[in-house]
Amino acid sequence: MYESLLNFPGGLLAEFERLQRELQQEFANLGRPGSIRALASGAFPTLNVGSTPAALEVYAFAPGLDPAKLDIQIDHGLLSISGERESAQPPDNGTLSVYANERFAGRFKRTVNLSKDADPDKVEATYRNGVLHIKVARQESAQPKRISIQ
Amino acid sequence: MTAKTEVSRSERLEEAQTLLPLVDVFEDKDGILLIADMPGVPKDKLELRVEHDTLLIEGEIAPDTPDKMEAVYAEVRLSRYRRAFSLSSELDTARIDAQLRDGVLTLRIPRHAYVQPRKIEVRVG
Repeated sequence: MYESLLNFPGGLLAEFERLQRELQQEFANLGRPGSIRALASGAFPTLNVGSTPAALEVYAFAPGLDPAKLDIQIDHGLLSISGERESAQPPDNGTLSVYANERFAGRFKRTVNLSKDADPDKVEATYRNGVLHIKVARQESAQPKRISIQ
Repeated sequence: MTAKTEVSRSERLEEAQTLLPLVDVFEDKDGILLIADMPGVPKDKLELRVEHDTLLIEGEIAPDTPDKMEAVYAEVRLSRYRRAFSLSSELDTARIDAQLRDGVLTLRIPRHAYVQPRKIEVRVG
């Protein structure tokens, strides 16, 4: 009765466009080297990693989590993020229909390789709007310094 | 005529460069429950629109990146979410309840009161 809710406006053609878009996003990843620990798309949470002269910035797109239940560890230069996300499915009392179940549910763990100069003692983590931002500072000795000429 | 074509092309380009938020859709006797993952979208960058029978969900990821940051690698490469659903007429779009929390959008779309299931009495003629 409600199948139309899942149809994209524009029908079949729009659906093809969406498919093509997804393929493009998929192939866009081939151009540059990925991490050996990067998983295929559909992994949860998706990760972006950036670098500044002072720190390594890791962004985990992990919506709908309780930050208190997140486990973040650094061991031998590997940063791992693990936790669990519960299914949002309401209890079935005989009348429930499920039309789409794309969102991740269950336990997850993702690992990021930190660069050698990362300082495991200087880590800050914040969780905002469903994005976990972990900032790992670089060691002082590794930061660029200006050398003055005498 | 030409101008019109160009507009529609740029609109399509814009649409081609969006992320598709992942959703769960459930239905019970009260209506539809739609849950969408939109991590990084603050409340003021979320836009919900109902036009005719189409529900459009759009959101922009608020940048939270320091200056001089270089990307090492990225799985999320776009900053805009967009997804549309066509609704059927028994749903009451005037009473949609929306909640955004920790990057999860929860929409409740109730049915019109007059289409709530009810038992039909059979009279003996």
